[in-house]
Parts: sequence; structure tokens; C-alpha cells
Amino acid sequence: MGAIQNKLAGPVSEELTLVQAAKQGDDSAFEQLVRRYDRNVFRIAQHITQNREDAEDVVQEAFLKAYGNLAQFQEQSKFYTWLVRIAVNEALMKLRRRKPERTVSLDEEIKTEDDSLPREIADWSPNPEQQYTQAELREILSKTIQGLPPGFRTVFVLRDVEGLSTEETAAALELSVPAVKSRLLRARLQLRERLGKYFQKRESGDGNQ
Amino acid sequence: MKCSEFLHELTNYLDGVLDEKTKVELENHLSWCHNCYVVCDTTKKTIEIYRDSQLYELPEDLRSRLRSAIMTKCQQQKKRGPQSV
Repeated sequence: MGAIQNKLAGPVSEELTLVQAAKQGDDSAFEQLVRRYDRNVFRIAQHITQNREDAEDVVQEAFLKAYGNLAQFQEQSKFYTWLVRIAVNEALMKLRRRKPERTVSLDEEIKTEDDSLPREIADWSPNPEQQYTQAELREILSKTIQGLPPGFRTVFVLRDVEGLSTEETAAALELSVPAVKSRLLRARLQLRERLGKYFQKRESGDGNQ
Repeated sequence: MKCSEFLHELTNYLDGVLDEKTKVELENHLSWCHNCYVVCDTTKKTIEIYRDSQLYELPEDLRSRLRSAIMTKCQQQKKRGPQSV
């Protein structure tokens, strides 16, 4: 069982060239940056807000803020990480407005070890996703991730869906590396357990339950 | 290695950042502990399924609408001159 390979964004040097040109007032360079990252920002925003209209707003607001504050962007970090930080903050603000009764924070209380210990250890079918149509699978995945607290699903989305490194995720969310790792482990284990309901082996034969 | 120690190292293992010694210990644990093997395997599948899913893809028509709205607003902002957003 090997390590997970993440998909990565394009070359950093290319990104820097575009950022520098955009800073000089080249709007077509900024538009290239939009083209490069709009899909990622939309995905992140929809994962956090769980609402398509909010996600569309977040995409616009995040890029507009990035454009307006480009002069302040320090080139020591990646533009994408900086953009993600803006987008996550915008998305969390949307979520707070929509669900004021619930606490929406990346710093929400983390329970003790016990809640991350897997309770359900049944194995899955060999290719569990193939038991469902694409539409059914999307529905399952969407419903399942919605059940996670925002702070967990944000870390999971940045690390495992978007492929940011642990350090980049920590920088984008202004969390420490151990905090990212702890949330990531819990998010992964909780999703695994919830998906088990759909993906478990149907037949029981070996009494291994 | 105990099951709780395996769990502690699971994320580092799946991310491929474990040192060689711990990796060998963990894989040794997986070779005899069925429960941990299942947890490891299904957690890995969970990540792969989400990563490979087409969840929340931005449709092309919406994408170009958003992009032109963004660029129009950027230009309006530029005309108004520097200000905090």
C-alpha cells in the first residue's frame, strides 16, 4: 500500500511571472491567473459553503480582492496559497451568514482521541464506487462530506482534493502544521467511516465482523 | 507497533512522509492486524474517491460568465483608483 499521489498546480515560476505582470497593471496576466485557478477556487468554495450560488459569489469576491490587494502580496509565498486563504475566508463568511445559529470556525473544539478511533472496521467491496452511477456517487460524496464540521472538511479539501501540501494548507488556513495533521486524520477517518455505509461488502461469510 | 500507534502514523504513512524505520514497523503491523489493514486500505480509497470525483466541477458556460464578470469588476475598480477592497 503506497502513498497517495496528489495533483499539483502548474509551475511556480510561471505563476510568479504572471503575478509580476499583473502587478504592473497587465490585466490579461491577471485573467490568466483567473483561468488557472477559478476551478479550484469554485470547488473549495462549494465544499465549504455547500451552496452553488455562494460558491459563485466567493469566486468573484476572492479574485476581486486578490486584484485589489495584489500590491500587498508578498512574493515569498505562492500566489495560489494566498488566493486560497482569501477564498476560504470569504466562504466561511458566507457560511456564517447562512447558518448564524451554528459556530463556524476553523478553530472549533477538537474532541479527545476517542472520537477518531474507528468503530466500524468492516471491509469495502473491491471497487465500491462502481456500484453506483456517477450521479449517485456524487450525491453520496457530497452528502457525506457535508456532515463534517467546516474546519475538518476545509482541511480535507485543501489537502486531499486540491493537493496542497500540509505546509501550504497550514499557511492558507493560518493553522499550525500539527493542527492541520490532526484535523486531516480525523476528517479522513470520519469520511471513511461514513462512506462505509455505502461501500461495505454486502455478503458476510467469514464472521470477521 | 500497537493499533493506536498505527493510527497516529496513518496520515504520515498515506502522505509518504514516514521515516524508513517507522514505515517498516507500520507495514509489519499491517501484515498481521486485519482491522488496521482494513482501516488503512479504506482510508486510502476514501481519499482517492474524493480526489478523483468530479464533485463541484465548474461548467464551462458558468466559468466564462464568472470570468468576464470578474474582469469587468476589476477594470471598474482600477478606474476608481487605489482603495481598500
